[in-house]
Amino acid sequence: MDSDEDFLSTVSSDDDIMLDDSENDDMSNGDEFDDAFDEDPDDEPELGLQKQKTPVAYDVGYKVYSPGDIQKQQEEMMNEVNMILEMSKEDAAILLRHFRWNKERLIEDFMDNSDKVVEAAGIVTSVANPPKLEAIDGFMCDICCDDDEGLQSFAMKCGHRYCVNCYRHYLTQKIREEGEAARIQCPAEGCSRIIDARSLDLLVTPELSGRYQELLNRTYVEDKDTLKWCPAPDCENAVECGIKKKELDKVVPTVACACGYRFCFGCILSDHQPAPCELVKRWLKKCADDSETANWISANTKECPKCNSTIEKNGGCNHMTCRKCKHEFCWMCMGLWSEHGTSWYNCNRFEEKSGTDARDAQAKSRVSLERYLHYYNRYANHEQSARLDKDMYTKTEKKMVQLQSASGMSWIEVQYLNSASQALQTCRQTLKWTYAFAFYLARNNLTEIFEDNQKDLELAVENLSEMFEKPISELADSKLKVDIMDKTSYCNKRRLILLQDTAENLANGMSFKL
Amino acid sequence: MASAKRITKELQECETSPPEGMTIAYSESNIHVWTITLQGPPGTVYAGGVFTLTLTLPTEYPFKAPSVVFNTRLYHPNVTNDNAGNICLSLLKPENWKPASRIKGVLEAVRQLLVEPQPDDALEARIADEYKNNRAEFDKNAKSYVQRYAKAGGNGGGGSGASTEGTK
Repeated sequence: MDSDEDFLSTVSSDDDIMLDDSENDDMSNGDEFDDAFDEDPDDEPELGLQKQKTPVAYDVGYKVYSPGDIQKQQEEMMNEVNMILEMSKEDAAILLRHFRWNKERLIEDFMDNSDKVVEAAGIVTSVANPPKLEAIDGFMCDICCDDDEGLQSFAMKCGHRYCVNCYRHYLTQKIREEGEAARIQCPAEGCSRIIDARSLDLLVTPELSGRYQELLNRTYVEDKDTLKWCPAPDCENAVECGIKKKELDKVVPTVACACGYRFCFGCILSDHQPAPCELVKRWLKKCADDSETANWISANTKECPKCNSTIEKNGGCNHMTCRKCKHEFCWMCMGLWSEHGTSWYNCNRFEEKSGTDARDAQAKSRVSLERYLHYYNRYANHEQSARLDKDMYTKTEKKMVQLQSASGMSWIEVQYLNSASQALQTCRQTLKWTYAFAFYLARNNLTEIFEDNQKDLELAVENLSEMFEKPISELADSKLKVDIMDKTSYCNKRRLILLQDTAENLANGMSFKL
Repeated sequence: MASAKRITKELQECETSPPEGMTIAYSESNIHVWTITLQGPPGTVYAGGVFTLTLTLPTEYPFKAPSVVFNTRLYHPNVTNDNAGNICLSLLKPENWKPASRIKGVLEAVRQLLVEPQPDDALEARIADEYKNNRAEFDKNAKSYVQRYAKAGGNGGGGSGASTEGTK
């Protein structure tokens, strides 16, 4: 477990606005700096959940909601509106969705001009009676033009009546194909009456109505800026965070879902602390862009003048023989080597004239490329390791089982391996992004501190990684166990120091070369 | 099939009381494709022109919207200035189409578009701009297109415009 989950309970308010500015100010306050070290997160992975902790600079307040919580929140708001404005729960739901769950605005506007609100939201007021299917004599469905006797039909309070089959087909299409839920209108042209949940239940299969409910939940989350779905596959939770878009250059709002997935609330990518969203976007684009590869090729290679194969010169001699077509040529002037017997002097002179310029240009391009490759290689290396960490997690579980039988240790006693694995994963993720961060970092007196922190964290991670991969027989040794536990907590501490430092600098307006 | 009944009924309606300025033709073998001949509405720059349109009904009709294209080229902010002749009609967008909407309404909306172009919802931004800011030039161009492509004898089709007044 990593420390950030301890913050699950930092924000407890159910209100729309979770963090006011004063709270945010607290976060960038350096006073809490020491708090990060007072606690060793790995000693109490799960118990920490209930505990309140002062926020530190790199952390934002957030809260995780299960699908049940989301449903409950909606129901609470519906009940409230239902009580205050004295309307049915269905109508309250439609109004709330119409106002994108801004309860205060809904109540205010409703008090102001209820007719206008009701009409805009697509509710037609009339006597409340439950929706029901009816067979009406002489009825013809305007959609399919069927007029069979006893044809079951349905109409909402707007009175537009269609046969059950058409209604069902229409709703199925809207829900299944178009993913629509909160704003499905009456099938009549120009009628903006919204279908309510009770009518829908009457018309469609329970399976579809489940899907409808799911979509409704989704619009609730999507309508609110402070809520976002956890992007992990199969995870149904949503996370609430009060971070504002304009703050994203100063804060990296990493949140951890209850499912364990850590992601950035700003851009929904997986955790990229310490690098801010904008920088991450640029870096990913740069890496995805083939131009960097092309640059490298143009700086380091030439084409064979005969067969156009790309050749990298890796030896000192200018006498080149193409591996592919056996063409012999001079790397300097690209002319035939056979002619050099007599005209060697020409090639030499070419170098005297424009060779210096060409060399300078190539050297310059090479320096910038080497700089990029330096950071990219380290970034990619940690990324790969992070991918391997997924396998490592399953391996860890196996190891823990083996270790229990080999050493007679209990499940609790082997948890330290799990902690170590978690720490490795989280630290690698952070390390990976420190390289993208460093690539853009403008050099100043703070850079050195950052690089020292980076070096320390990397060293600690590599040490732990090495210990962690020891065979079972050695892992059972209690001295190694203590070592691993020490290293684990050291890694976590190093990570927090680095994040704390970068977060403070970010908040103070760090300069990047973009 | 439910849609066949509905389409037949709509065809009958359109034959007995066709939308203003239009005639409708279809083949018995495929009632999902209609060919519409539209007279340029009098009093507009399109007056005197004859335009053909193709209306295609998807198999899911009426749950999915029909599609309409101009076969005759015309100079209009809401119709693509090419041989495809796509029309921007908000009524036909999936989020606006209702199963109870009628083809007649669609055709009337197309004609209305000729009477009153919607430059703020344009497919051809340049033409829309001209319509808003240089109406004289727009009228001239639109009329020249009518001369070139939409004269009854001229068989409305795509590339037969061997006109001398090159307005591009």
